[in-house]
Amino acid sequence: MPLAKRIIPCLDVDHGQVVKCINFQNPKSAGAPTEMAKRYSDDGADELVFLDIIASSEKRDIMRKYVQDVAKTINIPFTVGGGIRSVSDARLILCSGADKVSVNTAAVENPNLITELADAFGRQCVVCAIDVKRNPNTPTNAKNTVKTTEGTVWFEVVTYGGRKPTGIDALTWATNAEKLGAGEFLITSMDKDGTKDGYDLELTRNISERVNVPIIASGGAGEPKHLYDVFTEGKADAALAASIFHYNNCPIPKVKDYLHKMGVTIRQ
Amino acid sequence: MANTTIFDYGAGNLLSLKTALEKTGLTTTIATTKEDLTQADAIALPGVGNFTASLEKLAPVKETLHTKAKEGTPILGICLGLQLFFQTSQEGPGEGLALFKGEVKQLPTTTVKVPHMGWNTLNIKKPTELLEDITEGTYVYFVHSLYPNPEDPTIVATQTHYGQTFTSAIAQKNIYGTQFHPEKSGEAGIQILKNFAKIIVR
Repeated sequence: MPLAKRIIPCLDVDHGQVVKCINFQNPKSAGAPTEMAKRYSDDGADELVFLDIIASSEKRDIMRKYVQDVAKTINIPFTVGGGIRSVSDARLILCSGADKVSVNTAAVENPNLITELADAFGRQCVVCAIDVKRNPNTPTNAKNTVKTTEGTVWFEVVTYGGRKPTGIDALTWATNAEKLGAGEFLITSMDKDGTKDGYDLELTRNISERVNVPIIASGGAGEPKHLYDVFTEGKADAALAASIFHYNNCPIPKVKDYLHKMGVTIRQ
Repeated sequence: MANTTIFDYGAGNLLSLKTALEKTGLTTTIATTKEDLTQADAIALPGVGNFTASLEKLAPVKETLHTKAKEGTPILGICLGLQLFFQTSQEGPGEGLALFKGEVKQLPTTTVKVPHMGWNTLNIKKPTELLEDITEGTYVYFVHSLYPNPEDPTIVATQTHYGQTFTSAIAQKNIYGTQFHPEKSGEAGIQILKNFAKIIVR
């Protein structure tokens, strides 16, 4: 049996509460972190990701508290991201019981952070999260262009929760981040996030083919078929989703049954 | 009540192992000194870090661990903790605890993504109390780039396939080791730790 594809519910956290956003905006409350973590873990989630959407230094204590509570509640791996800018930030989260930390904007602005984290905790603890937006290609730029169903595009890294375009090519950034020590990638399509019409398969596949560490695809899951597509065509190792699990319209066992029937290796 | 001493030899998430062991009804002590280990009913060597760097931290207690192993104290090594039972590692220089003959080797990076991260299955090679009620093909959680390669095939309790077949658990008298993380392996993992608890009180 090969390694199972992972199903990862994502919990966006704000002020210690799980919230759901559409296209990174208008947070709506969905429950307490421990409650939802327990429910997902019981349901067969393979891993969890907590992203603090507006983490700031004054909220460190809130973060530490819920991370500790979650660690005591579940015994499956979980990643925590949001506002981690230094080794000491990461240490606080990891010592509170998280298995991995995810870095996004801070790593784009200071790529050495990835190396520092990998040296301190091992690369398996370091998830490099990349938020990506498609851009129509202009003939003068030297970015990696990709032929897609929408025509030729390049994939741009955006930071600050999608607010800031960086001009950085996501495919180049991913290969660099891997060299720096990233142990895993969490790739979120800003174009697809919240749309429920499927993952950006071309984005996920292009990154997966360029790096030799696992890829978690994120943004756009609306039905089980979308997960199947991203595991096969998208070459993802794990699929992250939020809303399809949050409101119980498509519980994890149902998704796993479907994937199993379709021939995907899944933990049941 | 039986107690397990978790040896803290540096970086790593001890909290999840502590919590998971306590879920089985065991009490736990976090130890950093030789004296703490001498008292232990059972010892857990947890999982994260670098082979060579860990050897430095382990040096002051090496003899104590050998004595405890000989005396029959149940010892459970997890991930790197298991790798440290062996002689050498491709991760770096230095001699491990050498409770068993063999080398710790790198997973092949050309055919599969490394680290091996996620849920994979156990192929059971021999019955052991540690794996009581664990069935063939059970999924457990792995995060590692190296694996132990024991010279003595009779210590191998389970194998797992990822790019190649490797030893994913060992059992020999009072010494147990898992390359996967029982503390992160959901219900199956808790069952394995419960089995370890049973071994301690026996």
